[in-house]
Formats: sequence, C-alpha cells, structure tokens
Amino acid sequence: MKYLYFPGCSLKSTGKPYEESILSVFRALDVDIEELKDWNCCGATAYMAVDELKSFSLCARNMALAVKQHGEGNGEPVQLVAPCSACYSLLLKSQHYMEENPEVSRVVKTALKEVGLESEGLSQKVRIRHPLDVLANDIGIERIKDQVKKPLTGLKVVPYYGCLLVRPYATFDDPYNPTSMDRLIRALGAEPVDWALKTRCCGGTLSGTIQGVGLRLSYLLLKEASRKGGELLLTACPLCQFDLECFQGGMNNRFQHNVQMPVAYFSQLIGKAFNLSDREVGAQRLFIPMKLEAAAP
Amino acid sequence: METRDRTPDQLVDLGENVHRLIKYEGELDQGFAAEVARLAHGEKFYTCIQCGTCSATCPVSHYMDFTPRRIIAMVRAGFREEVLRSFTIWLCASCYSCTADCPREIKITDVMYALKQIAIKEGIYPKRFPIPVMAQEFYKIVKKKGRNNEGKLMMNLALKTNPFSLLRYAKVGLKLFRTGRVTLREESIRNHGEIQTLLGAVDRAREAAK
Ligand code: SF4
Ligand code: SF4
Repeated sequence: MKYLYFPGCSLKSTGKPYEESILSVFRALDVDIEELKDWNCCGATAYMAVDELKSFSLCARNMALAVKQHGEGNGEPVQLVAPCSACYSLLLKSQHYMEENPEVSRVVKTALKEVGLESEGLSQKVRIRHPLDVLANDIGIERIKDQVKKPLTGLKVVPYYGCLLVRPYATFDDPYNPTSMDRLIRALGAEPVDWALKTRCCGGTLSGTIQGVGLRLSYLLLKEASRKGGELLLTACPLCQFDLECFQGGMNNRFQHNVQMPVAYFSQLIGKAFNLSDREVGAQRLFIPMKLEAAAP
Repeated sequence: METRDRTPDQLVDLGENVHRLIKYEGELDQGFAAEVARLAHGEKFYTCIQCGTCSATCPVSHYMDFTPRRIIAMVRAGFREEVLRSFTIWLCASCYSCTADCPREIKITDVMYALKQIAIKEGIYPKRFPIPVMAQEFYKIVKKKGRNNEGKLMMNLALKTNPFSLLRYAKVGLKLFRTGRVTLREESIRNHGEIQTLLGAVDRAREAAK
C-alpha cells in the first residue's frame, strides 16, 4: 500500500525527530510513503477557538490536495498519514462534520472552489491514518518483530497515548485502554508498563500559556510513570513529547522534585530496535538521551 | 468585585442593600443557549442531566472557576456574562475526555470552543491573558504563510503578554535551537495568498447564507 504523509507544522520543527524516525522506520520496512505537496497547517486548537468553519476549510484543503496527488489509484481511497495527534484528530473531525452538517459542507465546498479545488466526497476519498495505526494494523506486529535486530530486552517502557489519538473520532484502538503501542513495545522485546494514565491529557498548549496548570498535568504523568518503574516514556504526538520532555527542568523547579524521565517517540524506539543510527531516528535532538538498556535487576 | 467573589459580610453593605448571587429570570439572556447550540452543533445539550461526569473526568476542573457541569447549566439558563467572562473556557485543554464520557453524548468540548469563539469575537477577556492571545497570533501566522512557525509563535505570544516570560523560556529555547528543533526559517505554502483567499471565501459563504 502507498501512503501520503501530512507532516503538519510541528514535525518540521519541535517534532523533527518524529519526522526523521517515522520516515526511517517506514523505509526500513519498505513502505512507500511520500510527502503531501504544498500542505498547509491544520489550524490546530487555535482556529477552532477563533472560527470553526475556517478550521474545517484548512483541513479540507489538505484532503483535496491529497486526492489530487493520489490520482485515480484504482478507485481506492488515499491513505493520508498524520503523525501529530492534533492534526490527526482535526482532520477526522472535519470529515465528520462535512458529512453530518450540510451547512459545513456547503461552506467548505464554496471556499475550496475559490482556490480551484474539488471537495466532492472528501470523507470517502481520503482515509486519515495515524502512523501507530498503520504500523500496528497494516504492516503488522509480526513484520515489525522480524525487523528487530537489537531487542530491548527487559526495558520498562511506558506507553503514553494522550488524548486526541484515541478520542473522540479515532476508531483504530480502544479510547479508554488502547493497546497498539503496548503491543509494539512487546514486539521490540521490551516490557510495556501498565498504568492508568495512558490517555490522560498532558496539558497541551497550557504548558506554554498557563504554566501553573500545564506543567502540573505533565508532572503528574511523569511522576506516575516513574513510580511504576518506567525507564523510558513513549509518545505519539509532538506536543505531548515537547511538554513532557522539554519542561522537565521547569517542573522540577516548580514542584521541588527531581524527575528525569527520557521521553521519546514510539517510532524512535522502533528505529533503535531495528538498529538504525541515532541520526536516522533523530536521537541526538532529544534533551534527555533515550534509554535503551534495562537497569540491572 | 464579582458578586460571587464576595464574602457573606460583603454581600450586605451596611444593611442598605443585600446583593444577590442569583439572577432573576428577566436578567438572564434567554437567547444564549440557542446561540451556543448553533455554534456547537449541540442541540442535544438541553438533555444534560447534571450528573457531573464531565467535571469528574476533566483534568483541569479543579483549576476552573465553574466546572464543565456548571458551565452547561449556566449556558442553558442564560448566564451569558458570567460564562463568557469565566476562566473555565480558556483553561479547557480540548482533551475531549468529557465528550467521550458524557452519558447524554453532549459535545462539551465543542461547547467550550463555541464559547471561546464568542468571547474572542466580542473581545471579552483580560488584555494580556495568554490563551486567547495565542489563538489569535497563531491565526494570523497561518493566515499569512499557510504554516505555523513555533518559534515565532512563542516569541509573539511573550511580547504581547509578558515579555519577562521570554527569560523563563530562554533555556528551553536555546536547547531547541541547538538541537535543530526550532528555526528562524519560516515554512510556507507555495502561494501565500491562497490561504487568505480560502479564509475570505469562508466569510463570504457564511454571509451569503444569512
Ligand atoms: S456528563 Fe453530560 S449529562 Fe453529565 S453533567 Fe456533564 S454534560 Fe451533563
Ligand atoms: S475537553 Fe475541556 S472541559 Fe472537557 S475534559 Fe478536557 S479540559 Fe475538561
């Protein structure tokens, strides 16, 4: 199967290591993936707070571009891979409302037409996918297991899904107790930590606006992850990764604690287990080095 | 001072007046519920049973001045001013926990978004309060370039709210720079004007329906 890749703004900056590792892992697995040409920002939570119809139109432009780039493709829908949970969720939400609400679909249609794009059937012609979904369900755990050259035996890895990856529009995993990442971790030879805060919000943009609240939410997650014996926490969203990793200094100051938890993208860990170089998975870009060996028992 | 912030002593000023905490029906905005419902595709929120599941599952409810459950009740009753001036609507992190858990399938997150939209449109928020400022800075950058630049966003936000916060972020910013995770180079789509045309077209299409 062929995939189109929608990076979104974060994967070109703070989430750079996510982009690098996803593309390297797909390459190692021989999966055909190509960047969506001329993509635009999905609008994120900001556009939703200012003007919902504009937010849907921004998303729709990307979908229309994807249909164009995909061409006929035997009538199969185009698989649009969005690694950022916010982009992923917003693209799904736009599809949902374009289907459900005639007013939304009318406005989006008129707006796209003005920039020379077709909006007919975007919700059917485009399938929005998260790379975690693609890896766990299309490529499959077995194929990933086969590629593992350096098993991460005994490493205690905390799978953190966050909010938008599993609700309210996603359907590839359970919204309360998702397990795709757990299964991937096991395939790499590591041990997924079972914890209750898998889908609890990291604070999102609050860490950049109201730090007292944002950092508290992130701190609670890290504290629980380390209490459960986690040695490395994995995320599937650039904002979660940024909040949980880059503000640890701030959290430690504020809450008089000393958390030191490496926080990496799930794709980086897969890459390392495939024996890819640090550069290929963007490991050198992390503030806290990834942990790859289990502590001695 | 807001009435709700007063102590019982302050509520009675020298025996002359007794301030009310509760509004009379006539003072409520009867059209508010419909206005919000329209924006939030939320006709169903009239069916709220006030069970409090949303407030219980919300990760930030203990920082809010009104919990999500109360917001729903207040919107329904027409407490327009109080709701639009609340911190709650800005603290909502849009995590969708409440929406996923509500037994009546009320899209509480969309209600919060609708309230933010009204408050931003009417300019009802403290001048330097970072959350609505950030939303609007983000809006502007994307309108101009089609893509966001995270470094620029954080910079603009700090300058428009609290320039001293730049110091707080300096260490993180520097590290991001060193690891190649922020750049000064701005990403953009091929034809800058296209997003402006698209967004303008949305406004025109919406007007045409009225
Ligand atoms: S969970 Fe739903 S029904 Fe219960 S109080 Fe909240 S909005 Fe109302
Ligand atoms: S979406 Fe907002 S109101 Fe709902 S649970 Fe999350 S933070 Fe709370």
